[in-house]
Amino acid sequence: MDRYLLIISTVCFLIAVAHTILEMRGGIFRPMRFNFLLVALGFIFQTAFLSVRGQQVHRCPITNLFEVIIFVAWSIALFYMVIGPAYRLSLMGAFTAPLVALLQIFALLVPIDKPHRARLPANSWLEFHASMSLVAYGAFALACIAGVMYLVQERQLKTHQLRSIFYHLPPLSDLFAAITRLLWWGFALYTLGLVTGFFVDAPLPWTQIVCAIGVWILYGFILQGRYLRWFAPKRVAALCIIGFSAALTLLWGITFSAQAHTP
Amino acid sequence: MNLFCIGLSHHLADVAMLEHFGGDVEIDCLLRNSGCTEAVVLSTCNRVEVYGAAEARISTLDIARCLNRKIDGRVSPESAPFYRYEDDDCIRHLFRVASGLDSMVVGETEILGQAKKAYETARTAGSAGKYLHRLFQRAFRVAKHVRTHTEITRGAVSVGSVTVDLAQKIFGNLRNCKVLVIGAGETSERTVRALVSRGVMDLRVSNRSPERAEAIAFAVSGRAVPFEQWTHQCGEIDILITSTSSEVPLLSQEKLAPILRERIDRPLFIIDIAVPRDVAPNVNALDGVYLYDMDSLQSIAEQSMATRRAQVATAEEIISEHVREFVELIARGLNRPTSPEHPTVSESSLRPSES
Repeated sequence: MDRYLLIISTVCFLIAVAHTILEMRGGIFRPMRFNFLLVALGFIFQTAFLSVRGQQVHRCPITNLFEVIIFVAWSIALFYMVIGPAYRLSLMGAFTAPLVALLQIFALLVPIDKPHRARLPANSWLEFHASMSLVAYGAFALACIAGVMYLVQERQLKTHQLRSIFYHLPPLSDLFAAITRLLWWGFALYTLGLVTGFFVDAPLPWTQIVCAIGVWILYGFILQGRYLRWFAPKRVAALCIIGFSAALTLLWGITFSAQAHTP
Repeated sequence: MNLFCIGLSHHLADVAMLEHFGGDVEIDCLLRNSGCTEAVVLSTCNRVEVYGAAEARISTLDIARCLNRKIDGRVSPESAPFYRYEDDDCIRHLFRVASGLDSMVVGETEILGQAKKAYETARTAGSAGKYLHRLFQRAFRVAKHVRTHTEITRGAVSVGSVTVDLAQKIFGNLRNCKVLVIGAGETSERTVRALVSRGVMDLRVSNRSPERAEAIAFAVSGRAVPFEQWTHQCGEIDILITSTSSEVPLLSQEKLAPILRERIDRPLFIIDIAVPRDVAPNVNALDGVYLYDMDSLQSIAEQSMATRRAQVATAEEIISEHVREFVELIARGLNRPTSPEHPTVSESSLRPSES
């Protein structure tokens, strides 16, 4: 039953992707309101799925890689809902939907939805630590999407080849401001998640700790570089994409090692 | 009821001819002398048109005589190239005009405002009755529909507006942008004025001749900067416009790179209007620098124009659909089917005051 909710949510995101592609092919690119509505609908079904799953496992539904991926996808949609309209970057929907759809399709197709061998005891510090870290991933994902948008816009301005999308993407300065804000949100939430991890009354594998600190250092480095003017905005945008790719890989490592250490 | 449009436009008439028949036309006089029951006069620098509704056929010459402002013998209503559209063609013509398809620059949006003003004037004078009211209201809707569903208005089509578009895509709000103009020239002055119209307030002007710099600075409400100091200004400014008559480039990658190190997080938009160019082309390779010369600006303007032209067919389809619907509406005596969703004219929520 819960998987049906997820399938409906994925279909919503896929329609948003298809709509964007059709509009781009037609030379008219106006995905703002329609994409926002589809992402909102997809988000509602994601929330319903997580709610049902949470009731089944009697805790925050991040007990296996499948649930972790869906939780990250939910966080991305959540940040889009909250931050997208606030910064008037609704076009982010056109970029957010493909990423969320891709994550959910991967989660649905690959057999990773394996229930735990033993029922996990509730641990509020552990759940808070994990959920905060994953919500931070949502902010990092949107920073990555804003980074892609920045690079697309920057490339058009550099090469003087202005396509239809140029007129619908926000100005470089707005995108860079959005990237900075998202990085700060993500970094703050991730730090909170990391700190609460030390209160978890259970031994955590060292690989997990190293990976988590590695992600924290990576984003700290990007923010430090941005404020000390080590990097031009274009490099910060590129680092957001590289950073999120690395963070996703490390997340897989963290989840994998957590599953391996579960009795 | 006979709906018609009689007019002159940039397609067939020159400016002198348009001046002769254009300007403020007294609608009262038009109604009294021509025999129209309703009339709206659309008079812009590119067209003079009378949209009318009458029980009997009104001749083109009668309307032309009403529009004739000067009796000087050089231009007579009989010799002026007036065109005439009736019924379906009149409806189609107004929809095309309001949507910017009949404009000199396809897709320009100013005409819609002018059409609204013309309608408002006629409404105030009491010369726009139920036929022209419905016709113009529909024309405004069609224009909006065309603008939303095509890219007929997309992109800028002049060097000045392309520059403003690009600056806005780099900096967003231009209010806090600092602009430096080196050299002088009509195009650079026009470009500066376009930027000022979008909020730029900090303008600096540099010229080999200090007097000339002062004069230009005064003209654009900026301040003059000694010519020897303009390179130092590159650390502070956001937009640089160059149009000197120098035979060698004034700005090279080697000269600019050290300055940019101090402002790595702020982009620099350079508009090189000079021929030969003032800025070496490889400056564009520097991080955060966006260099546009006359060729690239013109090419963007032409690209926008081509995009607009490519959208004309789609716009025409939308207009045809609306013409068909409007003709059906007229055939029903302007009364929509009586249902709560479609009130008749008397019940309609649309009132002449709405525009």
